[in-house]
Amino acid sequence: MKRDLSSHILLSFIKKLAVFLLFIAPSTYADWQLNLREGVTEISRSVYSLHMIIFWICVVIAVVVFGVMLWSVIYHRKSRGAKAQNFHENVYVEIAWTIVPILILVGMAVPATATLKKMYDSSESDIDIQVTGYQWKWRYQYLESGVDFFSSLATPIEQIQGESEKTENYLLEVDNPLVIPVGKKVRFLITANDVIHSWWVPDFAVKKDAIPGFINESWVKAEHTGIYRGQCAELCGKDHGFMPIVVEVKSQEDYQLWLKDQQLAQAEKAKSAEKRWTLDELMVTGKEVYMKSCAACHQANGEGVPGAFPALKGSPLVQGDPGAHIDVVLNGKAGTAMQAFRDQLSATELAAVITYERNAWGDSLGDIISPSQIAKLKQ
Amino acid sequence: MSATEQTVSADMQHGEVNTQDTEHHHGPAKGFSRWLFTTNHKDIGSMYLWFSLAMFMTGGCMALLIRMELFQPGLQMMQPDFFNQMTTMHGLIMVFGAVMPAFVGLANWMIPMMIGAPDMALPRLNNWSFWILPFAFSMMLFTLFMEGGAPNFGWTFYAPLSTTYAPPSVTFFIFAVHMMGISSIMGAINVIVTILNMRPKGMVMMKLPLFVWTWLITAFLLILVMPVLAGVVTMMLMDIHFGTSFFSAAGGGDPVLFQHVFWFFGHPEVYIMILPAFGVVSEIIPTFSRKKLFGYSSMVYATSSIAFLSFIVWAHHMFTVGMPLAGELFFMFATMLIAVPTGVKVFNWVATMFRGSMTFETPMLFAIAFVVLFSIGGFSGLMLAIAPVDFQYHDTYFVVAHFHYVLVPGSVFSIMAAAYYWLPKWTGNYYNEKMGKLHFWLSFIGINITFFPMHFVGLAGMPRRIPDYALQFADFNAVSSVGAFIFGFSQLLFIYNIVSCIRTKNQATPEVWEGAKGLEWTVPSPAPYHTFTTPPKVD
Repeated sequence: MKRDLSSHILLSFIKKLAVFLLFIAPSTYADWQLNLREGVTEISRSVYSLHMIIFWICVVIAVVVFGVMLWSVIYHRKSRGAKAQNFHENVYVEIAWTIVPILILVGMAVPATATLKKMYDSSESDIDIQVTGYQWKWRYQYLESGVDFFSSLATPIEQIQGESEKTENYLLEVDNPLVIPVGKKVRFLITANDVIHSWWVPDFAVKKDAIPGFINESWVKAEHTGIYRGQCAELCGKDHGFMPIVVEVKSQEDYQLWLKDQQLAQAEKAKSAEKRWTLDELMVTGKEVYMKSCAACHQANGEGVPGAFPALKGSPLVQGDPGAHIDVVLNGKAGTAMQAFRDQLSATELAAVITYERNAWGDSLGDIISPSQIAKLKQ
Repeated sequence: MSATEQTVSADMQHGEVNTQDTEHHHGPAKGFSRWLFTTNHKDIGSMYLWFSLAMFMTGGCMALLIRMELFQPGLQMMQPDFFNQMTTMHGLIMVFGAVMPAFVGLANWMIPMMIGAPDMALPRLNNWSFWILPFAFSMMLFTLFMEGGAPNFGWTFYAPLSTTYAPPSVTFFIFAVHMMGISSIMGAINVIVTILNMRPKGMVMMKLPLFVWTWLITAFLLILVMPVLAGVVTMMLMDIHFGTSFFSAAGGGDPVLFQHVFWFFGHPEVYIMILPAFGVVSEIIPTFSRKKLFGYSSMVYATSSIAFLSFIVWAHHMFTVGMPLAGELFFMFATMLIAVPTGVKVFNWVATMFRGSMTFETPMLFAIAFVVLFSIGGFSGLMLAIAPVDFQYHDTYFVVAHFHYVLVPGSVFSIMAAAYYWLPKWTGNYYNEKMGKLHFWLSFIGINITFFPMHFVGLAGMPRRIPDYALQFADFNAVSSVGAFIFGFSQLLFIYNIVSCIRTKNQATPEVWEGAKGLEWTVPSPAPYHTFTTPPKVD
């Protein structure tokens, strides 16, 4: 990143001041980025240049206005013997300082309109991906190739709670990143399953709200391969700060390979439901799934959060008829935060997590919900 | 243009002043009933101001909790859900409990004295509109102790997070908002009726002090938008309890409708919080520049234009919801246009200082800081108006920096300036100038350390309303937290100064400030319990 000398000196001064103020060494990965990123698309670069133009216009106006003010504060003070003048209006000056700003604004509006128009043109895309916001993860569905997966935070809870060292991409890493090819126009169809989220990747200058019942469009044509990170940008409840977005831009060949792998893995997953599972196997998988998909609300110990999320431990639903229990997990509960996990998890994962809930926390009912049973219900 | 000249003088003949405070049954009642049953605009004004100070400290404590959590990455102090409750309550309390009541308090105290009226036009309504507030805010604060916690969906309470997915306390929040709305509407009616009907002969509209003008326009905004807020929270109530689906897509409703209705209220609301501040600053700068306000009539027209524009720009808060291109362009252009009348105001203040004879008492320091820092908030506002770039700024700390620059060194500084400016008139004593200046400088430095770095983390990509953040934002967040504590604790000086100003005898003259012009400076200090029972002569 190029910085001129003066801003460099200013920056190092601020740095020293902060260190002095805090008496603590700045965190290893912290930096002092001051400005917007230029990004990796044609759109993001024109957004960046619009940003810089309007910024410098503001700086020039500020220097002039605050300059006159500072001049008056220094030279027209009573302690210097300044006598107040009598003028209190001047039609010409007043007209001038109304007209000139209007002209500046028109000058600004023209390039802004052009950029906005380009951003809105999502036609003739090469690939279409549906992006769905869930509390608190993203789902990516590749409409042409049928690849479909969820993407959630990969940072371990120990790092968040300060029990282990925070790593470089703290809170900006996911289990399954979105993968797109370089140089292709990728159209995103953005929606949400529960509350409003917002899908934002700063390097693409794409931010669009994901709204239940609406499908918003946006697009990107990335110019370089690489990994680009963003975050949900609309308050969506408790874990709003913990649903990052990671996009991997791959070369065309790598992208094709990745697609094949995904399709194979999906077929593999479907098959696993046909296998016979033991209680212990289901409990192991179930615990993994529970921690990933359920513990955020119902807590790791199954006790929930009183008034917000019900306890599963000792719950009549969990201890009662398996049918009702399965129904809630698969189809969610209308009017509450309980989501439908039918599409989010595979039959095996669903069976495992339900089995886990029925047998963990000392509620050992000993019953097994088999993956094949769930697979039938899912059809 | 002698017609617009603001040379105002009151009849100060002794006999008339005496009728104001000799008759014993005109004095205040004793004890608590004085405050409970009072219809006196000065008593009610004081109650509003104390209430707002209490709310300012309450909301401030919440802000400090937020800044404590954000001092370092990771979760240290609180769980995310409680963090969301804090940001929500901080916003609601500061907007509806601190800034708005403070301006109503100033209006109560000053509008009758500035226009030469004996009291507000509707004194009983006035009493009621104040006394609703403590109940509304107690109810809202008590939701913190409810099962499921206080509202946690942000002060903008976007549906469906605030309806289908809200904690049970949302119903109490809705009731509290209704009460605040009733209070505001009644206060606004009172201001309008007072200004339009209670002016003495000769006090024509274009002679009104600017504080009165800006409040008149603010009051119209309040009457127009508070019912819209009441409407939107009622729709929420229906969705939550009566099975309607205004905002629920599953029932055929429209979550974006919520945002349109909310911001149709919300954008004029932010001008409700800044127009009276413009008025205060337009009183203070001429006084301490010893020079008439530059461009009085253009100030009135600029304020009216801002008020008008505030109704056609609401969707600039929603550039990312996926409006059609034409909608985006309309709201972008309309929003950019606001810079013109706002610029006129700033230029007028600077021209008032230019070639004046300035001194820098505490109110003037706050007023000058207001002009500079509010303008910085205005610049970032202009940047946010550019829709394609707003996609990068929207819902980041850049926005947090922007609206805190216009609200804290904007509205809040103007309220502090007004308090120092009129305290000697209210209490009859000068406040401690040295301590006032110390309060100013600590606040000024604290506020900039807090909010300026937020521009940087916002541009670098930090979303707002998150309890924990990626590591590259750590350093600036630590700096912000340090600034917040400097600003927060320096407010104790403000409270101490107010209390000691009330209790320490340091007799102020009726005029108080050398360059002060206007009717309020013609009555003795402290202002008697009843002023202008006989209309003053205005020429």
